Amino acid sequence: MEGFMYPNELELQWSILIVLYPFITGLVAGAFILASLERVFNVEAVKPTYRLALLTALSFMLVAPLPLQLHLGHPERSFEMLLTPHTTSAMAMFGYVYLWYLMVVLVVEIWLDYRKDLVLAWHRSTGLTRLFYKVLTLGSGNISAGALKVDDTVGRIVTIVGIPSAFLLHGYVGFIFGSVKANPWWSTPMMPIVFLFSAIVSGIAAVLVLYIVITAWRGAHLDMACIDTIGRYLFYAFLIDFSLEMIDLIHRIYEADESFRSLDFMVHTRLFVSQIVIQIIVGTLIPIAMLALVQLMRLPERVRTWIYLSSGILTLAGIFAMRWNVVIGGQLFSKSFLGYTTYKLEFATREGLLPAILVMVLPFIILALLIRLLPPWATARASVPAVTEVA
Amino acid sequence: MSTSRREFLMVGTKLLVMTAATRSALAHVLAGTPEQVDTYTAAEHWWAMVIDIEKCIGGGNCVKACKDENDVLNEPMYFRTWVERYHVNSADAEHPVVDSPNGAYDGFPEAYAEGEGKTFFVPKMCNHCVDSPCTQVCPVGATFVTVDGVVLVDKEYCIGCRYCVQACPYGCRYIDPRTHTADKCTLCYHRITKGLLPACVEVCPTGARQLADLKNPRDPVHEFLRTHPIQVLKPQMATGAKIFYNGLDGAVR
Amino acid sequence: MKFRDVEHLFRLAAIFLAAVLVFAIARAELVPKDFGKYGHYRPAAIDDVRARPIRHAGQKACAECHVDVIETRMSARHKALPCETCHGPLARHATGDDDTKVAIPEITPLCIRCHAARTGKPKQFPRVDVKEHAGDQKCMDCHKPHNPGIEQ
Repeated sequence: MEGFMYPNELELQWSILIVLYPFITGLVAGAFILASLERVFNVEAVKPTYRLALLTALSFMLVAPLPLQLHLGHPERSFEMLLTPHTTSAMAMFGYVYLWYLMVVLVVEIWLDYRKDLVLAWHRSTGLTRLFYKVLTLGSGNISAGALKVDDTVGRIVTIVGIPSAFLLHGYVGFIFGSVKANPWWSTPMMPIVFLFSAIVSGIAAVLVLYIVITAWRGAHLDMACIDTIGRYLFYAFLIDFSLEMIDLIHRIYEADESFRSLDFMVHTRLFVSQIVIQIIVGTLIPIAMLALVQLMRLPERVRTWIYLSSGILTLAGIFAMRWNVVIGGQLFSKSFLGYTTYKLEFATREGLLPAILVMVLPFIILALLIRLLPPWATARASVPAVTEVA
Repeated sequence: MSTSRREFLMVGTKLLVMTAATRSALAHVLAGTPEQVDTYTAAEHWWAMVIDIEKCIGGGNCVKACKDENDVLNEPMYFRTWVERYHVNSADAEHPVVDSPNGAYDGFPEAYAEGEGKTFFVPKMCNHCVDSPCTQVCPVGATFVTVDGVVLVDKEYCIGCRYCVQACPYGCRYIDPRTHTADKCTLCYHRITKGLLPACVEVCPTGARQLADLKNPRDPVHEFLRTHPIQVLKPQMATGAKIFYNGLDGAVR
Repeated sequence: MKFRDVEHLFRLAAIFLAAVLVFAIARAELVPKDFGKYGHYRPAAIDDVRARPIRHAGQKACAECHVDVIETRMSARHKALPCETCHGPLARHATGDDDTKVAIPEITPLCIRCHAARTGKPKQFPRVDVKEHAGDQKCMDCHKPHNPGIEQ
């Protein structure tokens, strides 16, 4: 401890797991927004990533409650949020918003989109696999033109409903922080908006990187029109996100209220690497510059692909750093504005680095499994064309 | 023979008196426990506290008594109440030097020569806010304001999410590592509902802490609030704090 | 649009409905019936808090037996000092739950806590530089805690 802190403040309350939770739900929301670009706004070019984006969102969505359960003092009581949610608490809506988004938006939309493939898979498999796909179809084998048209319409409605749902899923997390008047690092109406736009940026970047990596790994042909379009949307989203964060920063510096000196000192010392270096320079300015280069100059395909891949990875690091700076940063200074503490990140404890790494690896394992069970792209051997439109 | 009988009478009487006195003390302390008839009506009370900075000598007896009474973990990070020592050099009122060694459990060590700058003590505790931000953010209803104005924690229901600890502007909450639930000052609710004083008030050698029942028209708090300049901590947070400080300096955080 | 073509949606809806039903039943079973009676909390929680054991007896309880000591103290400079400030929590002693003899507390640290100089105490409060005042001696060598004044 440096300076003075209220005696109960020395220990940080929210750990790296609480940094991961908004990062993960941000990826979910962002990936979904990218998918909705094609489904609702008819941006045809990104269609090759449509299913991948949905599966990515689902993989991360399934893992999202895990860091929270590892953090809670009594995870076995967490269902109380569903039984007696306290309506004045932003956190209380987690149970319902999560279930709504997972079941009604993601699962239904994926089910409707994959239904034809599931029915065909059901009919051509045997044994346990046959039963598995049959259960997934809910026993209904109707993939007539009429049924598929219904699926398409309902799917479109679900996606439209899904967009504000995605905003709610991630926006409420921003509000959890933004509404804490006790903490001047968190308390700002900008918080849910900044969280949301950085989520969109991270989700788009994640799908972009995954698409490039998986396509290369499959040895398949990379759709340049697709990644050029995604790269452009990433660039626009980033410009908005960066502007919002700069507004917040400039506003703080300009108004210089009672908390400013303490926060300023904290940023220049304890948060220097994570905020100035990783979040701003490496995670925002460099990717924006690289993406701007693609917009301004005519660059060959290989160069563009490498720019998308590396800027995507840097972006993800930058958005993670942003979550870190908000969550951890908000707890490093004393509410007396007279002191600072440090975050002791341990390794193999319940809220340590090891579980954090496992939590971040798990969605990729789930994604690999989902890609096997529900292929996003047509493969040479499959007799199942992965189409979303009905002839 | 007569001596031993006299002795017997003396000892016997003493024993009788002591037993009677013990029984009376027992009854006094146990009055109102669930075994006895509960005569406490919450709606008749609205609890608050007055802390007089001019009287506080930083003894730290309150901190120790609270930990003894409420079985608070005796480690340097968990306090239901603590005392802060402020030292202000006249030239630099915006940068007080503040310390609270182990919450002032053992009082304060020597540090400032007499007459050098301004030094004073500020006992802190849960402010039992009327518009309590910790209650507002609890996702399940495990912390609440009672009918008589005390903010309590339901240890059987708390899920340990720590949101309330973040939301308290005064830093008075913590997570008890033994129960993994939120914990904080209860204004010794188990005592005040039986006509006793909170432990911190009981042991304060100078009477700097006074329990107040704002709903009681005969409580001396009304006169005190009327005749002294009174402040609450962080009034800009509009928490409706009910710990009223007399003589609180502007340097206090 | 034929019913045949939307029938699969009804299967989906049926599953959701079943889940909602299970949830409603679980909620009715698990939430205490009086939850919300006084506010968004379990009223039984108040009883839990009130059932905590009492550790400090309070001066009135001490006076039941030790009235002579208290009278001595009340006539001297420590009159405002409650018993348990120095003697610690004594509810178990007062109620007879614990009949072991109560130890005399270690006096010197208790005195220093309140009376040491250069710690920031108010001007009019009696303070001493402990080394200068007492040297190697203990406070109780000269001062009786219940009547700390020294007879001249």
